[in-house]
Amino acid sequence: MASNNDSIQKTLLVAILLCLFCSIIVAGAAVSLKPLQIANKQLDKNKNILAAAGLLVEGPSIEEQFKQITTRIVNLETSAYATDAELAEISAAGFNPEAFDQKKSSKNPKLSAKLDANKDIASIKRLEKFAAIYTIEKDGAVEKMILPVHGYGLWSTLYGFLALEGDLETVIGLGFYSHAETPGLGGEVDNPSWKAQWVGKKLYNSEGDLSIRVIKGKAAPGSLHDVDGLSGATLTGRGVSNLVNFWLGKDAFGPFLSAAKAGGA
Amino acid sequence: MSLKSVISEPVFSQNPIAVQILGVCSALAVTTSLQVTLVMCMALTAVTACSNVGIALIRNHIPNSIRIIVQMIIIASLVIVVDQILKAYAYEISKSLSVFVGLIITNCIVMGRAEAFAMKNGPVMSFFDGIGNGLGYSVVLIVVATVRELFGAGNLLGFEVLPLITNGGWYQSNGLLLLPPSAFFIIGFFIWALRSWKTEQVEQPDFKILPNTVNSEQH
Repeated sequence: MASNNDSIQKTLLVAILLCLFCSIIVAGAAVSLKPLQIANKQLDKNKNILAAAGLLVEGPSIEEQFKQITTRIVNLETSAYATDAELAEISAAGFNPEAFDQKKSSKNPKLSAKLDANKDIASIKRLEKFAAIYTIEKDGAVEKMILPVHGYGLWSTLYGFLALEGDLETVIGLGFYSHAETPGLGGEVDNPSWKAQWVGKKLYNSEGDLSIRVIKGKAAPGSLHDVDGLSGATLTGRGVSNLVNFWLGKDAFGPFLSAAKAGGA
Repeated sequence: MSLKSVISEPVFSQNPIAVQILGVCSALAVTTSLQVTLVMCMALTAVTACSNVGIALIRNHIPNSIRIIVQMIIIASLVIVVDQILKAYAYEISKSLSVFVGLIITNCIVMGRAEAFAMKNGPVMSFFDGIGNGLGYSVVLIVVATVRELFGAGNLLGFEVLPLITNGGWYQSNGLLLLPPSAFFIIGFFIWALRSWKTEQVEQPDFKILPNTVNSEQH
């Protein structure tokens, strides 16, 4: 029996049959569960948008709560809201402007461009042309604005949202919905007590320079711009600091925010 | 070998972590909170049991030269399926488990049981051997996670048990317990307790250190 099993034909037969069988099981599971996973991801993203803005409440469903939010597309090259022609361009590339998948668009050569290494402090390599931002508006004025941010931490790219007050200077909150940092160390970016520190921080110092950052160790009490580092996660903290500075900086949302503050957008 | 002993032996007498010292890596990584640990334990038990059945079913046809690869393919497929199911039905928890579900593939318990038990026994026995070893793994992880979450974060399953000073309570949390090395200490204490109870697990020392009388007289 044993010698029979070890013949070349039998070895190949077993290997091929087993691989075929296992690949069918894996592919079957992946395909049949995909719709649920995508729905979960979208729901989680919407929940994170609400949570970053401090609007998430127990009770009503996420879909219900998300209705107060307006999704808008910003053109990062012209630093203004996308025009109808540009929205058509997004649709033509196979994306839905209503539920814009910015993460996916960064892989599309039509909707993104390579970022110069010296500008790329958040190590994102490609910058999207369009970004989906989320606003809460009252009588035409922006009350809250939620910006998507992402960048490299220690092991993974962190994807999250930064929510700003209507003055576009005060942070309402920062939350990440996708990352693979070490659980218990860098993964503590999800810790509510750490996230609570971002609330009320100011983006710019008195000279108008971008100065919000995560520092190593404890921030001075009452500091307007510094957030405590996470113990055991210096590199993740540095990553978060870089990505916030990149996305608020001149290569990403910076000009759009200045224009919006001046009442242009 | 009875069904009962196949299930109960690995829990204390032949515990995979405490006696065989297998699968310690994930015991350090996923035990910061009890809820995540419970899901991890279920995932590992399911994978061990199912991979044991799969391997036991075809054990008479596995060519000896590729048997490890065959075992790895079955285990890896099952792990991917478990990961997909978690992502679909327990999205929040699968996010906090992140890479560690995938790393069940490299968990020595799964591989060890496939090689040591399922290759030589029938599918039913192998299934319950997988369940038993999963339970043995779970016992240790649940003990470690309970200690770590309770004394490290003051919570159990997310409910506040010991009110923290930072939240206006009286309990000063032990930050070390939230870091992976603390699991080593807890597993060490667990093994100590287990071996004090079941003294037959105590190993004979490999060698004895002689008193160094000769050297000390020369000085």
